[in-house]
Amino acid sequence: MLKQIEGSQAVAQAVALSRPEVISAYPITPQTHIVEDLGLMVKSGELSPCEFLLVESEFGALSACIGSSAAGARSYTATSSQGMLFMMEAVYNASGMGLPIVMTVGNRAIGAPINIWNDWSDSMSARDAGWIQLFVETNQEAVDVHIQAFRLAEELSMPVMVCMDGFILTHSYSQVDIPSQELVDSYLPPFQPRQVLDPLAPVSMGAMVGPEAFTEVRYLAHHKQRLALKLITEHADEFGRLTGRDSGGLLKEYDCAGKETVIVTMGSVIGTMKEVLAEMRAEGHSIGALTVRSFRPFPIEALQEALKDAKRVIVFEKSLAVGMGGILANDIRMATRGLHLTVHSVIGGLGGRPITRTNLRRMFEKGLNDQLNRIHFHDMRMDIVNRELDREKAQRRSGSAAENILSDVGLVAAAKTI
Amino acid sequence: MFQIRIHGRGGQGVVSAAEMLSIAAFEQGKHSQAVPSFGSERMGAPVVAYVRIDDNPIELREPVLDPNLLIVQDPTLFHAIDVFTGLREDGWVLINTSKNLQDLQIGEATSKLPAGHVIAVSATELAMRHLGRPTPNTVLLGALAAMNDEIEIDAVCSAIRKKFPGNVGEANVIAARAAYQQAASA
Repeated sequence: MLKQIEGSQAVAQAVALSRPEVISAYPITPQTHIVEDLGLMVKSGELSPCEFLLVESEFGALSACIGSSAAGARSYTATSSQGMLFMMEAVYNASGMGLPIVMTVGNRAIGAPINIWNDWSDSMSARDAGWIQLFVETNQEAVDVHIQAFRLAEELSMPVMVCMDGFILTHSYSQVDIPSQELVDSYLPPFQPRQVLDPLAPVSMGAMVGPEAFTEVRYLAHHKQRLALKLITEHADEFGRLTGRDSGGLLKEYDCAGKETVIVTMGSVIGTMKEVLAEMRAEGHSIGALTVRSFRPFPIEALQEALKDAKRVIVFEKSLAVGMGGILANDIRMATRGLHLTVHSVIGGLGGRPITRTNLRRMFEKGLNDQLNRIHFHDMRMDIVNRELDREKAQRRSGSAAENILSDVGLVAAAKTI
Repeated sequence: MFQIRIHGRGGQGVVSAAEMLSIAAFEQGKHSQAVPSFGSERMGAPVVAYVRIDDNPIELREPVLDPNLLIVQDPTLFHAIDVFTGLREDGWVLINTSKNLQDLQIGEATSKLPAGHVIAVSATELAMRHLGRPTPNTVLLGALAAMNDEIEIDAVCSAIRKKFPGNVGEANVIAARAAYQQAASA
C-alpha cells in the first residue's frame, strides 16, 4: 500500500510485518521514532504477540535481544551513534554466538565533539564485529531490506544491521509502498533457530573457547559471511520477483559499465549524485557510479567485475579512519587489486555537512582532471584548520580545538550550514 | 520540481508543516519529500524544513538551496538570518504577520519578484482565534493553497486531518480555510 510517511515510521511498519516476538529499545536520536512507533503498535495490540522491553541502556537493549534470540524468539532493536558504542560488547557477543538479531542503525556521527547529525562513524565502528551490514539508499529500500534482513539473519544464524542515513532518511517523508502481510508471510518463514536455550535440554552458549579452537570458530564466522554473498543476492532477487523492486543485493550500478571514471559510495547520497552525473554524461564525460549495498560481507568479486573497465575510481564516504584515511576506499583498493585503475578516497558529509550538487560537481571535475589527491576532504575549509594550527603553534594553552574552530567559523555561518 | 523552504522557530510547528505539505502533495497524486533540518531542539531557536514536490520520484537529498516558495512563520527572523538566500527570481513568499508588507523592511529582497508573489497573512491571530494557541503552521498552509496551483486547499485540509485526527484537526482545518480566504482576497 502506497503511503506518504516518515522513514522511521515506514521501517517500524516493515519490522512489524516481519512479526518480531521481542523488541528491545532504548531511545537515541535519530533512530528513536522507529522504536516509538513499534512501542505504540505493541501497546495497541496491532503487533501481537510481541514483547516490548524498554530497557535501561543500549547495552541492556542488545543484551535483552541476545537472551530472547537465544531462547528462540525473533528479536529486533535499533540504535545510533554513542548508543552503538555503549552496546559494543554485546554487538560482538551477538555475532560470536551466531544469534540472528536484526538491528537498525540510524547512522549518526560519534562524538566528541557531540554531533547528532548523519555520517557513518557508528556502523563503521562495528564493521569487523561479524554482523552483516546492509546500507540502503531510500526509505523504500529500507522497508524492503529490513524484511530481507530477518530471513537472511535466520538462514545464516548471524545478526544483521540495516544501516540508513540518520535524518536524511529516518526523518524524511516520502512515498513508500508498504508490502502486505500476505506478501511478507510468503517471503519470510517462521524463525527456526539453530540453537535454543531450553531448561529441559540445557546447553551452554558463549562459553570459553581456548587457543585450541578459537581460530576455527573465527574462521567459520568469516566463511559464513562469504557464503552470505550468494544468499544476499538470491534473497534480493526473490523479493524483487514478489514486489517488482530492486532492493538489497550486493551492489547497485548506475550506468557504470564501460565508464572511465566510476564513483563508488553507499547510502542515500547517490540520489543527489545521480543528478550531477546525468548532467555530466550529457556533456560527454565518461562517468558512472555504483553503490555498495552489502558492506559486510564485502562483495569483492562483484566489485572486480563491475569496475573491470574503469580507469579511475572515486570513493566517496561519510567516514574517516583517523590516521589512515577512507575506510570504504581502503576496502575498494583491496577489492580492485590487479585492476589497472587509480582509487581516490574522498571523505565528505561528516557530522551532517550538506552534500550538494554544486560541491559534488566541483569535486567530480577535479577527479576528471586528475586534481584529486589520494585522500581528499570534501568541502572542507583549510583556512579554518590552519587558524587552529597556527594558534597551537603560537601558544601552549591554545584551548579546546573544537571550541576554537566553532568560534572561527562563526555562529552566523554555522546557522547557514544547518 | 517545486521547492519550498519553511523558516520558523522551535515550537511553531515548522517540521509538522513540511510533513503535512508533503502529505497534501501525495493526496494530489504527486511525489513529495519533506525533510527537517534539525539543530539543537529548543523553543524559539530558528528552525528550517524543506519540501519538494514533483510528478516524478524525487532523488535529490541536498537542502533546498533555490526555493520556489518561502514560508516565513516568524517575521523577526528577517533580522536574524537571510531567509531569502537562493530564492528564485519568479519565487513566492508567504509571511506570517499582522503588519503591512511595507513595514517589514524587506523591499530590497522582494522588489524583483513578480507582482502579487509576496503575501502576508496574520496567521498567529487566526491561530489564536480558532485554536487558542499561537501555532501558525496549519494556518499558513491554507494560505499557501491560495497562492498558486501547486497545492489545493482540500488536500491541505485532508493532510491536516491525517496529522491531527479529531477535534484538533477540525479546528485547524477551519483556521486553514480562513487563511485561504484571507490570502485569496489579498
